[in-house]
Parts: sequence; structure tokens; C-alpha cells
Amino acid sequence: MSVHLADVPLWAAILAAFFLALGAGLTLLGTIGLVRLPTFYQRIHAPTLGTSWGAGGMVMASMIVFTAGSGRLVLHEVLIGLFVTVTTPVTLMMLGRSALYRDRSESNPHVPPFGRADATAEAPDGE
Amino acid sequence: MSETIILAAVWFAQIALALAMCLCAWRMIAGPRAQDRILALDALYLCAMLQLLAFGIRTGSTVYFEAALIIGMLGFVATVSLAKFLMRGEVIE
Amino acid sequence: MRALLPYPLLALMLAIMWLLLAGVSPGQVVIAAGVATGASHALSALGEASPAIRRWLAIPELAGVVFYDIVVSNLEVAGILLGVRRMRSAGFVTVPLTTRSPSALAILSIIVTSTPGTAWIDYDAARNEVLVHVFDLDDEAHWRHLITERYERRLMEIFQ
Repeated sequence: MSVHLADVPLWAAILAAFFLALGAGLTLLGTIGLVRLPTFYQRIHAPTLGTSWGAGGMVMASMIVFTAGSGRLVLHEVLIGLFVTVTTPVTLMMLGRSALYRDRSESNPHVPPFGRADATAEAPDGE
Repeated sequence: MSETIILAAVWFAQIALALAMCLCAWRMIAGPRAQDRILALDALYLCAMLQLLAFGIRTGSTVYFEAALIIGMLGFVATVSLAKFLMRGEVIE
Repeated sequence: MRALLPYPLLALMLAIMWLLLAGVSPGQVVIAAGVATGASHALSALGEASPAIRRWLAIPELAGVVFYDIVVSNLEVAGILLGVRRMRSAGFVTVPLTTRSPSALAILSIIVTSTPGTAWIDYDAARNEVLVHVFDLDDEAHWRHLITERYERRLMEIFQ
């Protein structure tokens, strides 16, 4: 199936352009955070920008263009959105756990030790 | 008119995503530790998937959707197994 | 009903996924129903009990709350990354939980991690405590309250 972009009505084009810019912009911002943030546990928050509204925006834009261009409802992009929202937390949780495990076994400062996990604020500028 | 708007937005999105991929690659090379590299690889997979979605919008074909889905699934499996490897030092127990 | 479809919700989702990927036509509906039934029977060989949902009405409420929180925390984290808002120190918070239902815990972990700004790092089953890393930690009690009162209470309404 293919769609001619010229068939897309103007309002749908503007809406799709908005979502495209939002999605790509948030993903870029997330990766900027990935580069700029000083510690691993802070960096783990950065990609969630891309996976929540970054992917959501791109998926919305794709759905709008294909639905408006072909004249019938195209929803299969929802699967990508659903898939990303369900799988990213799983990967981030596993990464976080393994990073914590490694830091604890090397008894690094700034992470809660084994056993009683007290809340310890970590220094914002320690690498 | 609408074609121009969408193509301009896709152009912006693809450049932003390409930049994002470069930043992920930088973090993957710079490290400093293994978990940072794996996190960057995961983000790189995500950016590649979104890049394919943008290609799909630009060409108006749904072929790219399937490729994006496959990249997403491969990225998930790769990151989970790498994280598992990090924790235990072996993938298959 | 239970013998015919061990996991009704899973079967429905599988059927919807099949129809989204293959396109809706009478033939595909039949295949989707067959695949969904077969797959959920195959999964029942694992022996995991299907969670009983007590209050269906709480699901859209929780989904709305989570959607709103994701939008808000996206804006907050984006603001911090752009340098509009000053970054306070990030840190770990231990949150004691009440529920022990595996389904509620699984969904809670997905909610916490997919919201930018909080990440579920480790769960201690013996103490029923979870270690959460918060990006913008101003007040620990606020985040404990958010997770237990806003999400966990609603999840317990759904599952228990």
C-alpha cells in the first residue's frame, strides 16, 4: 500500500508536521541528556523522553498521514507505540539492576549498599 | 501545499534523529562503563526505528513499518541479553 | 469460559494485533480468533494463573492519570535538559509497598519506569520495598506519596 503525500488534506499535514517535530525534537533532547548528564543513574532517565513522547509523536504523525492520505483508518503503527512502551521499562529496569549490582559489588559510593537500602542523595557532579 | 509541509517536517525530523544517533554513538564510544554503552545502544536502536518511521512517511509506503517493528524487537532482545550478561557474566544459565 | 479461553484479555489483545498487522477481512477475523485461542492455550501450559480483575472501571482512570503524569514529567525533564529549570540533585528513594500481587507490581514497575524522571531500579521481595531513582529529587516524601497513593492504590483497586 502506498500513499501520495499530495492527497493529504492541509489540516492533517499541519497536525502531522507538529507531531513529527515534537517526536523527533524530544528524542533528540533525550539523547542530548544521554551525553550531558554526569552519572549513569541520571542518564537512565534520558532515553525515556524518546520512548514516551518521542516515539508517540512519530507514531501519531505516521498514523495521521496514512489515514488522511488513503481515506481509511490505518492503525498498525499503534503496535510500535505499544511495543516501545512495554519493552523499554523492562530493558531499563534490567540495566538499572545490573548497574546497581555492579556498583554494590565494587562498593562504589553514591549507591545504596546491600541490605537496608537507605535513601542517599548522590552528588550531582560525580562521574 | 500539504506535501511541502510534510516533507519539510520529515526533513527536520530526520536531521534531528540523525543527530540523536550521532550523540548515542558518541556515548557508546565514550562509555565510561559497560552499562553506559548498553544504554546508548538501546537509545540508538530506538532512534533507528523512528528514522525508519520517518522514511515511511516520506515515501508514503508501509514497507518501512515492518522494518521498524523488526528493529524494535531486535533492540529489545539485544539490550535485555546484554543487561543479563552484565549482571551474571553469562547469557545462558 | 475459563476452560475455553484461559486468558481472555491476552487472547483479545493477540486477536487485535493480528488484525492490525494483517488487515480486517472476514477470513482474517477467523484466523485471528484461531491464533488467539491456540496461543492462549499454549501459554496456559506454563501454569500461571490469570489475574482476576475486580474493578474494570479503575483501568481507564489509571490510564488517564498515567497519561497526564507522562506528559507533565516529559515537560519537566525536557525543561531541565534545556536548562530552563535548575537541576536539583538526583537520588535514590526507598518506597515501602503494600501490595504483593505480581500483576500489580509488574504494572507499577512499567508505570514508574516509563514516566521520565523516575526509574524502578530494584525490588526487595523480603521487605516488599522498591528502590526508585528520581531525577529531580526535592522531597522524598512527595515521591513515596506519589507512587503509593497515586498508582499503587488504584492498582490494588483493580487487582484485589
